[in-house]
Amino acid sequence: MNTQQVIFLVLSAISLASAMGVILSKNPVTSVLCLILTFFTIAGHYVMLNAQFLAVVHIIVYAGAIMVLFLFVIMLMNLNADVEPQKRNWLKYAGAISGGTLLVILVAALRDASMPSLQSGSSDIGLIANLGKTLFHQYVVPFEISSVLFLSAMVGAVVIGKKE
Amino acid sequence: MPVQYYIFLSIALFCIGIMGVLMRRNAIIIFMCIELMLNAVNLLLVAFSKMWADAGRIDAAAAQIFVFFIMVVAAAEVAVGLAIIVMVYRNTHSVDINILNRLKN
Repeated sequence: MNTQQVIFLVLSAISLASAMGVILSKNPVTSVLCLILTFFTIAGHYVMLNAQFLAVVHIIVYAGAIMVLFLFVIMLMNLNADVEPQKRNWLKYAGAISGGTLLVILVAALRDASMPSLQSGSSDIGLIANLGKTLFHQYVVPFEISSVLFLSAMVGAVVIGKKE
Repeated sequence: MPVQYYIFLSIALFCIGIMGVLMRRNAIIIFMCIELMLNAVNLLLVAFSKMWADAGRIDAAAAQIFVFFIMVVAAAEVAVGLAIIVMVYRNTHSVDINILNRLKN
């Protein structure tokens, strides 16, 4: 077992455990903190897959912006564990069983697929120079459309959020 | 390292997200589970990008561009969705999903 596999196993164990913490913890603030930990481990996976720019953007966007927004909303609403509504028990079991069934089916379907192995050498495909060239040569139109999407999301959030 | 490891990790993260959506009733937790599912898909796309880059394809960066756009859409979605949740909380003083049953009539 080489170093890469050890790093992969450690990162995967942390990310799966903290993802379970997101859905199992009673306190929403704990869920948010677990999700931030999951995002950091996913960023570690990106670095291992030679996607350095995406790792940095992932940390900035998710851990820096989105999760701060979640935490802000949760603290604004002052949600505690005792006001958290509890679902009926059989509904929880039904949800867990259907999710686990999907997991088993997907793993069984893809277990025997023949895939090439990832090489450990580094490439410059995920560096910002290469990605920027691709983004601004081939994908300029989606880039501009996404700016319109952001503008409309901003206007929508303001319109929804303002008082009558 | 086989690319199957990343496929199985993404499947596990995605299924944990699905379980969270089905099991919890807090709207914010459900929203966070949707983010988790989006991230599972992103991780799979990056792994496939690395696989094609190892195979010598020069357009393997397109997958990373796609991940970039998924992050853009997720950020916009969070802005609007959290505004909706805040508005629901302001009207009903709860973030319980069952409250939204009253949209029926």
